[in-house]
Amino acid sequence: MSLISMMGALEIGLIFALVALGVLISFRLLNFPDLTADGSFPLGGAVAATLIVSGHNPWLACLIASGAGAGAGWVTAWLNVRLGILQLLASILVMIALYSINLRIMGAPNVALIGMPTVFAPFVDAAADNGWLIQPLLLAVIVVAAKLLLDAFLSSEAGLALRATGANPRMARAQGISTDRMTLAGMALSNGLIALAGALYVQTQGGADISMGIGTIVVGLAAVIIGETLLPPRSLWLITLATVLGALLYRLLIALALNADFIGLQAQDLNLITAVLVGLALILPRLKSRFGKRTGGTPR
Amino acid sequence: MMRADNLFKTFNPGTPLENPVLRGLSLTIESGQFLTVIGSNGAGKSTFLNAISGDVTPDSGSLFIDQQDVTRLASWQRAGLVARVFQDPLAGTCEGLTIEENLALAMQRGQRRGLSRAVKAAQREAFRDKLATLKLGLENRLGDRMGLLSGGQRQAVSLLMASLQPSRLLLLDEHTAALDPKTAAFVLELTDRIISENKLTALMVTHSMRQALDHGQRTVMLHQGRVVLDVSGEQRARMDVPDLLAMFEKTRGEQLDDDALLLG
Ligand SMILES: Nc1ncnc2c1ncn2[C@@H]1O[C@H](COP(=O)(O)OP(=O)(O)OP(=O)(O)O)[C@@H](O)[C@H]1O
Ligand SMILES: [Mg+2]
Repeated sequence: MSLISMMGALEIGLIFALVALGVLISFRLLNFPDLTADGSFPLGGAVAATLIVSGHNPWLACLIASGAGAGAGWVTAWLNVRLGILQLLASILVMIALYSINLRIMGAPNVALIGMPTVFAPFVDAAADNGWLIQPLLLAVIVVAAKLLLDAFLSSEAGLALRATGANPRMARAQGISTDRMTLAGMALSNGLIALAGALYVQTQGGADISMGIGTIVVGLAAVIIGETLLPPRSLWLITLATVLGALLYRLLIALALNADFIGLQAQDLNLITAVLVGLALILPRLKSRFGKRTGGTPR
Repeated sequence: MMRADNLFKTFNPGTPLENPVLRGLSLTIESGQFLTVIGSNGAGKSTFLNAISGDVTPDSGSLFIDQQDVTRLASWQRAGLVARVFQDPLAGTCEGLTIEENLALAMQRGQRRGLSRAVKAAQREAFRDKLATLKLGLENRLGDRMGLLSGGQRQAVSLLMASLQPSRLLLLDEHTAALDPKTAAFVLELTDRIISENKLTALMVTHSMRQALDHGQRTVMLHQGRVVLDVSGEQRARMDVPDLLAMFEKTRGEQLDDDALLLG
């Protein structure tokens, strides 16, 4: 695998690290199985692309895109906590509604961003052709900042209330926490992050496409699960770190599998590889403990 | 002071499973009073406590805590007034969070939660001191996950959590039922100590008549969703378990007669 294609994998991995952090909030911390991601990721992309094309500042476009994603997550949570619609179903409703909304926003199935100003543009030197290096670097800065901010929030009073809401809602209410409000806020945060990822994605890919959201949630979950097998969930910052690393590792493994000519895999095999990777990540802990026993290591 | 007026609650109304659980329950607890509650299975004790805490909304009747009408408040809105310890040791704490995080959650019961750090360094010292009073060695395990603790340890911590913030009323629903006799005795002793030290108004449900008479200043019996017996003071001091049991059987018999009359 060439350095450039490796950096390309890293770049997408970093973007999906943001998705994975969002999925961590909904699935793991709030215990809310949420499929909105498949709609909020392209929503972020659609909003950002449309704003950039119409001449707005790309950073502002990212911000507004996150806000739109947060709104989508809020609606999913609202359908659940206020109207009592099953979590999974509520998120599916919002997801399919977003497909139409995204089309409306873009006005066409795709919007090209070639030659448009992006958040990366000021740092990229066209003559030196250094985009392959600059884009992952800037993304890395964004991801690290997002991780640190999330760590700080989750260890704050409100963040602790959010975690209690997912872990033991009855106890949380007995402590005076409005679990409804925490769910609304948490789901907004989760999908805001995912939409931010979508907004950055379209700026690395040179445009938005209506089908860009398909499978987002699977990739996010894959990253979370791989991360969980990677590092022990001893503390909060380790969990978010594992999630980020999980996303990176996932994309690198995909790139390796697709690049290894002797395996003969092609781009259309992506979903199959994902399934195999997540399957492996799920059984790995068991294999580890069995292996540990056989070699007389410390039993778990 | 807590006052319940004529509470009614029917589960699954209008279905074959219709179950009238609270049927005109009225009870007043004076400030500083420690009340024990007995009654057979299904008498409505837990439902009554859930109605006080807001987990169950009564069909009719009203609930006052210190002159404040709380009948329509959600459970999280009453949390500043009511502290509680559940029967199930798993229910009152978050097993995925650490001991200090659980304590920090309880430290802010009923208060606004902002963006400052949940567990502050100064608090940690206070937590350590409080945990040390339990004499369970937990003061050195602030960072351990709650799930690592035994049921008895968790109930002891739950009690401590309930006392971190002042409350108008402490609700204890068979909070020693899941514990072995020795641990149960320890947790009960701790209960007495915390209630008297903090001068709490408390309501404790128990299935043990011995416990009901040995703890607190007043005992009531619930039967079919109503208070059927209420003893305190001299009368209670002279009572022993067989007396209570006899009264229990008597009211039950009368109740059966009543029902037979109604049906007949
Ligand atoms: N959420 C609910 N939905 C339907 N029925 C309920 C609900 N909660 C309680 N009940 C029913 O109400 C009745 C009274 O229950 P409750 O838990 O109040 O009794 P209890 O006096 O606490 O009994 P125990 O001593 O067994 O704890 C029971 O028949 C129970 O099945
Ligand atoms: Mg009960």
